[in-house]
Amino acid sequence: MYHYNNADHQLIAERVEQFGSQVQRRLNNELSEEEFKPLRLMNGLYLQLHAYMLRVAIPYGTLSSDQLRKLAVIAQRYDRGYGHFTTRQNIQYNWLELEDVPDILVELAEVEMHAIQTSGNCIRNVTADPLAGVAADEIEDARVFAEIVRQWSTLHPEFSFLPRKFKIAVSAAENDRVLLRSHDIALRLHRNDVGETGFEVMAGGGQGRTPVLAPTIREFLPQADLLSYLEAVLRVYNQLGRRDNIYKARIKILVMETGAEAFAAKVEEEWARIKDGALFLPEADIARIKADFAPPIYDDLDDTDPALAADLAKNPNFARWVRSNVDTHKQPGYGIATISLKPPGGIPGDVTAEQMEKIAAIADHFGFGEIRVTQKQNLVLPSVRKRDLYAVWLELDEIDLAAGNAGLLTDIVACPGLDYCNLANARSIPIAQRLSERFHDLEEQHDIGEITLNISGCINACAQHHTANIGILGVDKKGTEHYQITLGGRADGGDAIGTIIGPAFTAKEVDGAVDTIINVYLDQRQDGETFIAAIGRLGLEPFKEKLYAAA
Amino acid sequence: MPLLKNGQFIDDLWFEVEALDHVPADTPLLVSLEQWRQHRDALSQHVVPLGLRLANDQSPELVAEDLRHFTLIALDFPKFTDGRSYSYARILRERYGFEGEVRATGNILRDQLALLQRCGFDAFVVPDRAESEGWVAAFTEISVIFQPAADTYSSRREAVRQRPERTRARALRIISSDTVAARWAY
Repeated sequence: MYHYNNADHQLIAERVEQFGSQVQRRLNNELSEEEFKPLRLMNGLYLQLHAYMLRVAIPYGTLSSDQLRKLAVIAQRYDRGYGHFTTRQNIQYNWLELEDVPDILVELAEVEMHAIQTSGNCIRNVTADPLAGVAADEIEDARVFAEIVRQWSTLHPEFSFLPRKFKIAVSAAENDRVLLRSHDIALRLHRNDVGETGFEVMAGGGQGRTPVLAPTIREFLPQADLLSYLEAVLRVYNQLGRRDNIYKARIKILVMETGAEAFAAKVEEEWARIKDGALFLPEADIARIKADFAPPIYDDLDDTDPALAADLAKNPNFARWVRSNVDTHKQPGYGIATISLKPPGGIPGDVTAEQMEKIAAIADHFGFGEIRVTQKQNLVLPSVRKRDLYAVWLELDEIDLAAGNAGLLTDIVACPGLDYCNLANARSIPIAQRLSERFHDLEEQHDIGEITLNISGCINACAQHHTANIGILGVDKKGTEHYQITLGGRADGGDAIGTIIGPAFTAKEVDGAVDTIINVYLDQRQDGETFIAAIGRLGLEPFKEKLYAAA
Repeated sequence: MPLLKNGQFIDDLWFEVEALDHVPADTPLLVSLEQWRQHRDALSQHVVPLGLRLANDQSPELVAEDLRHFTLIALDFPKFTDGRSYSYARILRERYGFEGEVRATGNILRDQLALLQRCGFDAFVVPDRAESEGWVAAFTEISVIFQPAADTYSSRREAVRQRPERTRARALRIISSDTVAARWAY
């Protein structure tokens, strides 16, 4: 796992001190709230409905057990005993006092953590494939390039006051687990015809009120040119991105208004000037970062384990968990175990301090002390011996986190919604909880099969409902919370934005509507057909008919 | 308003004009892009140093051919959140090799000074309270830099060309205990 060098340590220490003095200046009224706002945002500090919220960066979703234990301590000491994992692999604390924040940053620094660039109109904390380094389908370890991007973008002097926020995601595997095309820039490592690896670069994607799937602006970018090309994209955006209207300020609008080809041409023009300059990445530098991500020392094992086979046979719930929550590891005899943070009736992404402590202990005992955070608001133990899976599952069961529902109907992604957020129109959490209770039966969920369901409390779409198979959007209709349903969104490589199915439902009706949708699918599916495949074949009509039949 | 340059608060000797008909002949003159375009021939005969003010939507690309006439370019920040001029400054330094003064004017915050400087600004028009509030300290609050920018860029292009491996090695993770000093040397 990557560890800080002197430069990182020095930066964090100085940054903590700097922010402490900024908070002091705000408390003394030397800084107005307007002037303080961009400074606190660049340190991940928001002012929410009820309190300050701090978003802590977890670069590319990689955590050590010691870091997770520290997150537990902070939840216990400064918050109400829990934290909330986000769709961008970060963690948020929702109930903080401004005066405590400098102390929290000091505590985070003790375990090489911080909140830099988790908010504000700058290059945000970079995200990557949560299974990078262990997934059987990967070409290279995406974290290596995410780390290179992290270093380059940290306190970037030119790009700290962009027209709007800027999110970069990296994937280097066959399957997309990061919602590539929903990003301002997405980098997909692939192999070209002559066997070299480089990046497909996509730009101008995003959710929000104008959902756009990022078009490809370059098919193949050599690794050595990664940073100079990114700098060229950002320089074009910083100069030409719209600053007259906050809703049109994201790069997606610039790319749309300019046209993807014309935008790409502008980038190429700037890139040609700088590509052989100081940002050129020699192979030796990439190799140095690669060494930081060297795999742990695995045991030499057979891929099939007789103990696991016996455990699977005796416990059907464990067998279901293995089926849905354990992915194929590149190392024989190991599995990748997803810890679902979606227990029946739970709040998606919320973890208590006690649960964090326990997960850290499990990771130490069974998984090289490593934890990942996923875009689906779950945690992952990236390397567990197959023979240990049952023991891990039993321990997770003790803290109510053994649900075998990863990738299934109750693996719901939800934003904090009106319970916390001052942008929201409606609550997301109670809807997620009700759906999670209604569909908690695991046998039924496994029968329904692969599906994504996301709930956003407003059109900013933090829960990425546009690209969910079933998307639920909270809207305000004459002062009452209503929920609009979209169907057919996907972010699995066949990316699509969902289509609104019809008039919105009340909070009371929405779980019944989802039930109706699922029943139409179960009635009409053909052998082995997933929900999204059935929608592709059937279209929306059969769903509309049942949903609005009475009206 | 005082001018902050090389860690000192100094008087601004430049003269900004609204109309060009009664210009003191012996004073450095700061003109807008519009004035420069209208009076280019007359101004290029001006014997005292000439400076150019660019608004937040006026890229230096617009005057690339004329930069040799100016010893100062002032880039304006009508609002501190508008970051376009950070790119303009780097373009001036790194693309065009401009070696005169690059000045930040308008609404800039103490906490932006170090970033502005890294992009190639070397003079800052600051509010009167800047001296008593210790704005000079803002330049050294963060001593670590993680990416090349105008402050690590050598304007001696020949030297860069001859030592490409050295400049290239700077792409990642630069510790700047030495470059902090170098920054002041502009």
